[in-house]
Amino acid sequence: MIKRIAWAGLMLLSAHASADSPANFMARYAQQAGVAVTALSPTRGEALYRSEHPGKNGAMQSCASCHTANPKQAGQTRVGKRIEPLAPAANPARFTDAAKVEKWFRRNCTDVLARECSAQEKGDFIAFLNKFK
Amino acid sequence: MNYLLRGIGVLAAVGTFSLLAFSLPSGGEARGDSGGDDLMPRLAHKNWQQECASCHLAYSPALLPRASWRRVMGGLEQHFGENASLDPATQADILRFLEANAADSGTSRMGDKVMQRMDRNTAPLRITETTWFVKKHDEVPRATWTRKSVGSAANCAACHRQAEKGVFDEDTVRIPK
Repeated sequence: MIKRIAWAGLMLLSAHASADSPANFMARYAQQAGVAVTALSPTRGEALYRSEHPGKNGAMQSCASCHTANPKQAGQTRVGKRIEPLAPAANPARFTDAAKVEKWFRRNCTDVLARECSAQEKGDFIAFLNKFK
Repeated sequence: MNYLLRGIGVLAAVGTFSLLAFSLPSGGEARGDSGGDDLMPRLAHKNWQQECASCHLAYSPALLPRASWRRVMGGLEQHFGENASLDPATQADILRFLEANAADSGTSRMGDKVMQRMDRNTAPLRITETTWFVKKHDEVPRATWTRKSVGSAANCAACHRQAEKGVFDEDTVRIPK
């Protein structure tokens, strides 16, 4: 019994300590979408990143509107606050925290696309950003 | 052997407990006012700083009454045109902090000043709609707010160069061209 509790505790500790990586997210989203990781497409990810959609104020908007045309560059929120670069090559903190990644996909997909993104789209998106060196 | 296992069990339990305790939302730590007339109360609260300040300056809770903060936090899916939704636990944690330090909480001089000019029956959604804010900025021409270098009145730090530190007095104001 005690042994079991000890193991459960240790498992919890290790789960807490392990940080996520872009590759982990790609694997997870591919699995959720029911495709192989190799089926994720940076090209489709880039198309999603640059696709323009009608915004609330009538102007067209895309991911690039705030994150800039180059994901290795810092962007800016609508009220002028700096957004650290999206590409892991320029910002190693990207795609290392599952709660944060899901929070921002949920918020930004509904803002830009007026719907949530699919697991396939999320995987493609990270595949695109992970391509930058 | 049994003692060894028991030892590991205790260590793991303590470790897990402390990890959980430290990763739970932290309570606000009000340290009250620290003097200056245009100084925001010095406050520290992990979720408020992390979540609110990822898009804009973490506006001081002392700038709006409790009823306003309840409206703001109750409508994060449509937060001034953007989806700023949070998980329910974080949302509740931030609201508790905002209410505890709100303008009408009686915890800061800044809050008292905001309330002096506030119609008690209103709960403005924007800090810029409070009479206090309007009076404080009545010498700033309308066109200045929409300058590209400023963007909007939500961007305190465009002119209040030490806004991140909670310093808002006139000596630190530089209006960009």
